[in-house]
Amino acid sequence: MSGSSTATRKRHSRLPMIAQAGPVSVWMILFVTIPMLFIIFISFMTRGTFGGVEYVPTLKSYETLADLVYFNVILKSLRVALVTTVVCLLLGYPFAYYIARKPADVASRLIMLLMIPFWTNSLMRLNAWMLLFQTNGPVNKALLALGLVQKPVTFVYTDGLVLLGLITNFLPFAVLPMYSSIEKLQTAMLEASADLGARPSVTFLRVTLPLTFPGIFSAIILTFIPALGTYTITDMLGGGKVLYIGNIIKNQFGTIRNWPLGAALSVLLLLVTALLIFLYSRFAKIEDMEVL
Amino acid sequence: MKQNANRKLKRQRRSRILGGIYAALIYALFYIPVLVMIQFSFNDAKRNYSWEGFTTMWYGKLFSFRNHDLWESLVYSLVIAVVATVISVVIGVLGGIGLKKFEFHGKKFINLMLYVPIVVPEIVLAVSMLIIFMSLGIKLGMGTIVIGHCTFCIPYAVVTIKGRISGDNDTLQEASMDLGANRVQTFWRVTIPSIMPGILSAAFLSFTLSIDDVIMSNMLASARQSTLPVLILSVNRTGITPDINALTTIMVLIMVTGMLLLSFIQRRRAKKEAEEMAETEKRISAMRNG
Repeated sequence: MSGSSTATRKRHSRLPMIAQAGPVSVWMILFVTIPMLFIIFISFMTRGTFGGVEYVPTLKSYETLADLVYFNVILKSLRVALVTTVVCLLLGYPFAYYIARKPADVASRLIMLLMIPFWTNSLMRLNAWMLLFQTNGPVNKALLALGLVQKPVTFVYTDGLVLLGLITNFLPFAVLPMYSSIEKLQTAMLEASADLGARPSVTFLRVTLPLTFPGIFSAIILTFIPALGTYTITDMLGGGKVLYIGNIIKNQFGTIRNWPLGAALSVLLLLVTALLIFLYSRFAKIEDMEVL
Repeated sequence: MKQNANRKLKRQRRSRILGGIYAALIYALFYIPVLVMIQFSFNDAKRNYSWEGFTTMWYGKLFSFRNHDLWESLVYSLVIAVVATVISVVIGVLGGIGLKKFEFHGKKFINLMLYVPIVVPEIVLAVSMLIIFMSLGIKLGMGTIVIGHCTFCIPYAVVTIKGRISGDNDTLQEASMDLGANRVQTFWRVTIPSIMPGILSAAFLSFTLSIDDVIMSNMLASARQSTLPVLILSVNRTGITPDINALTTIMVLIMVTGMLLLSFIQRRRAKKEAEEMAETEKRISAMRNG
């Protein structure tokens, strides 16, 4: 009697667990795990004659990646993503520091002020940069008026303008995690360091920087990886003339129809992501990663 | 000594001013594109390349509803965003509570999977879903776009909700059950209200992520209908018409108003809670003294 009642109780107590944790688990397995495994599988298959895939194993897609054309695009994308990340960190850290040292209510308002521009459609914001940097646009007019240049500079559809778009687009994603780690920093620590005779620069390098490192690394992940995979920014500001990994992947599923090659490039991005996450897990707990 | 302190004060003031100037420059970097975008909604030109003079004509044109493509894509985007938000918030709230409360096999794995859509480039997620849908012969369209959007909104919703569940949540639930409420009553009357601010921010975040998404919406769409951002991406090649700027301007205004309302409600709630707290404490101390 008592045995059966414990059994029903046990079964009962599993129901809320299944009802609550069930849907999210099923969703993630169906739409994240399985597609990820499938794309890895596809990257080892043969390209179909009319697009699509023939299920014959081959390493051809990975060999194609080593072709000079693709290899150069990969290198260039990595380089641009790296520059974007470094600039975002250098610009973002002092900015995050400035906000984090304000009283809590002021800081939360400043953060809100940072979010508002991002409710404007991102493509329209990119288009605005394009309008500013047109050959007969305001920036060129200003440069001519100041006598800095003799004739208008071509900015549109150049790597430089794409870089500006990348930086302005990803800077907030660098600022937010760094802000939350600087905010958690105890003033007592800094005071202790100063009291013990450390100069401000020493305190910064030996106390502030190491303690806020998780935030910095989150910022690296949240700028480098999306910058590496973007194609909309390059499309809007590069006018299809500037090609990065993201554009190449997209094209394989559109006009060019080489799925296995697109899959292989995606696997490459997955590997870069996994590597960064692995490095992060060596320094900090993944659960502590600031993503918002 | 005093001179030293004075110098320190001076230095602090100088660094504060420099900090302010620096922050203003960074904010300018974010606000300039928005202001230019709004400015060009008043541009007296057929397509936006250069400033040709002021007109409010585009707002009038927009509300004559003659631009079917634009309005259709907006409605399409809105329906997708609302459906994706509802699904994401329901699954995210349940999941946030469930993953915090229960221990089960594979929980670590699910937690890891939740990070995948946040960190993996969206294009990778999009094409891997595309391959699955195509291989299974699932027709691309609104359904597939909604699934795509939910897949990156749910993790954010879960993270937001998890952050709102505090330690005293369990105590509250136990108290509710001890007082005779069943699980369902406790869920609706205790758990949900206590994480309401988290639910609202998860909903707002999901909606903004969905309505602004380009990559999923582009890859998982049928050839016939596109969301507003995808329409903008395709129109960009021939030049963007100022009525799109007008529409985007209106959308920003609505979003900002919505957010201000949300924060107003949250602040009033917090104030009310603080007052109730003070009232209870007053009563308790009155009882003790009496």
